Order: sequence, then C-alpha cells, then structure tokens
Amino acid sequence: MAIFSVYVVNKAGGLIYQLDHYAPRADTEKTFSFPLDLVLRLHDERVVVAFGQRDGIRVGHAVLAINGAEVNGRFTADGKDVLEFLSNPANYPVSIRFGRHRLSSNEKLMLASMFHSLFAIGSQLSPEVGSSGIEMLETDTFKLHCFQTLTGIKFMVLADPRQTGIDALLRKIYEIYSDYALKNPFYSLEMPIRCELFDQNLKLALEVAEKAGPFGPGS
Amino acid sequence: MSRSPGRKQENHKISRELFVLTYGALVAQLCKDYEKDEDVNACLDRMGYSIGIRLIDDFLARSAVKKCRSYSETADMIAQVAFKMYLGVTPSVSCSSAAGNEFSLILDKNPLVDFVEELPVERASLCYCNLLCGVIRGALEMVHLAAEVSFLQDRLKGDAVTEIGITFLRKPEDRKHRR
Repeated sequence: MAIFSVYVVNKAGGLIYQLDHYAPRADTEKTFSFPLDLVLRLHDERVVVAFGQRDGIRVGHAVLAINGAEVNGRFTADGKDVLEFLSNPANYPVSIRFGRHRLSSNEKLMLASMFHSLFAIGSQLSPEVGSSGIEMLETDTFKLHCFQTLTGIKFMVLADPRQTGIDALLRKIYEIYSDYALKNPFYSLEMPIRCELFDQNLKLALEVAEKAGPFGPGS
Repeated sequence: MSRSPGRKQENHKISRELFVLTYGALVAQLCKDYEKDEDVNACLDRMGYSIGIRLIDDFLARSAVKKCRSYSETADMIAQVAFKMYLGVTPSVSCSSAAGNEFSLILDKNPLVDFVEELPVERASLCYCNLLCGVIRGALEMVHLAAEVSFLQDRLKGDAVTEIGITFLRKPEDRKHRR
C-alpha cells in the first residue's frame, strides 16, 4: 500500500478524522529458549527490539504478547516487568509475539496537535512574509504532505516517498470533505467526522490515487 | 444548477424552478411564523450564515482560487466567480468608500425573485433575499474577514436596482500570527 494514512485537522489543531490505509501488520510469533538472542530495550513505556533482527522480527518491533497474553506496555498481563521476566532462565521456553506498534487514538490526537503547532512555526520561521506552513515532510520511509485550506482546515497524507499525485489527491480530499462532511446537515463544523459517505469516498479516492501512482495496478 | 464539469460525477441538473419555489415557500412560511419583518429578515440572515460557513469550502474546493490580497480582490471574487458559480449571474462591483472597505454589488438579474413582482403592503420592509446576505457574511467569516452585508437597494421595494452592500469591518490581522 503506497498511501499509509490520512489525517484531517481542524482550525484549532484538533484531529477530526483519521484513516489508516496500510496493509494488515505482519506479527511474528516465535518460541525462544534462553538466552534470548535479540537485544531488547525500553522505549516510551514499551519493550522494543534494539538489535538482532532476524526472521521477520525487525528493529523497532515491539513486544506485543508473551505466551499468548498481551503485554501492557512494559508489564506482562499479570503485572511482571517484561525485561525482568525475560532475563530469568526459569521462564523459558517462552513464546513472544513481535510486531509494529500501532499508534493509539490518543497518541494520534496528540501528534496531530503537535504538527499543527509545527506548521504554524514553519510559516513564522520563513524569511518571506506571508509564507505558507509546512507543505511536505520527508523521511527515508515516508513523506508527509500537508495542505491547509483558506478556512484553516489541514489535510495530511502520509505516503510512500515514491508515490506521485499527492497534491491532486489532497485537493480531491478537500472536495470530498466539502461534499460529504460539510453538506451533511447533521455534521457540526470542527467536530470529528463520522460520516459513512465520507469514509467510502475517501477510500475510493485513495485507491484511485494508488493505482495512478508509479507502482501501477499490480502492486 | 448543475455541477462544474471538473467533477467526475454525473451532471445532476435540478430544475431552477424548484429552487426558486423552495426559496419562496421558505420566505412565505417565515412570514407566517413571524409577525415582524425584522424577525423574518434576521431569521433569513441566520439561515444564510449557516449555509455560508459550509458553502465557502465547497467554493474554494471547486474554484481553486488563490488567497485574495485585498478587499477589492475579494469583492471581485465574490461577484465574478462565486455568484457566477452558484446563481449564474455576475453582479457588477463598485467601491463606495474612500477607505476602500465598502463595496456594492449591483445585481441586474436575481434568479430568486423571478416570480415575485412586489412585496405585499404589510411586508414593506422585508428583505426577500436576505439569505444571500447571510451566505456572504458566513463565507467571509470563515476566511477570517469580518463583514457586514445588507441590501442597500431592492427592486422589490421600488428602487431602480438591487444592490448588496459589503462593509469589511477591520483589516485582516497579519497572517503570521493567525496561523
């Protein structure tokens, strides 16, 4: 999937819509014996793989479950610290499930608000007067495109760096928003968008944009 | 009233008569509900406002216009692009103040009053198309331009032309601080 997610932020910086469009995550569950050949460390209240990538378990994957029971941050389901548990040879063999950690909705809200502030800072840092805010943020694994309308709504699309046509997609998302969200008389402005038609048409637009991109219909 | 050809959708043509009749029925019902003309006018203005705050995004999405850098550009945009897009008429714009913040749009054709010849005697101060004023006010407010919009002259009341006056209330703040 070349387009990863879409975020819509209102004038005040609050997230009003979010859609994740990536392929279902591939969790890897394996049984390990002591000693564990992966190097684990604590990061942001989660236990992640720091080194020792193998067999589908990549660096950055988080520990999702131990022996079938989902972990709660850095603690196992029954309250023991995960790192301590795994350093005790008596607990082995153990089955651990690794996978990419998905952002929780609170984290998404917070990150969207943070981006809203960075966007404003971006336009203030500009040497030119009346500059726009951040339009594109590029990393090695994705590009974040942002389009702010004259009314202050921001549409953000996270896509593969090689994906083209995102500008047209952002304009299209604006049209879909003005149609299916704004013209819905029961939708209040600036509130989270809960319109079925908006979801459906947005997903259609994303599919069209992906097919038109450099990857072609085969991917 | 059909969608612009840029859309990849079937062109839904809705009858103009239906639209004009719907508007007429709305005003007639409001006249039954409220005794005073001011109340009817205020109600139409409020309705227009809630239409305007949503219509502006539709306008910006479909016309893809750039930000206007002056009041006169804004007034021209309203008259030449927005009125054309939604009502199919192009009012003429004139600036009526030295300060450059008062404009008037002169409509020679107004589709909403196609079937109305004059106001009844007991409704002499009714602004029949006050919805339009509310729409313009709401739309401008969403792009951070506070304005007062009202009918200065109305053919239905016996004036020569229909004139909408737009008074921009204060200079837009510096963009840097707003974003």
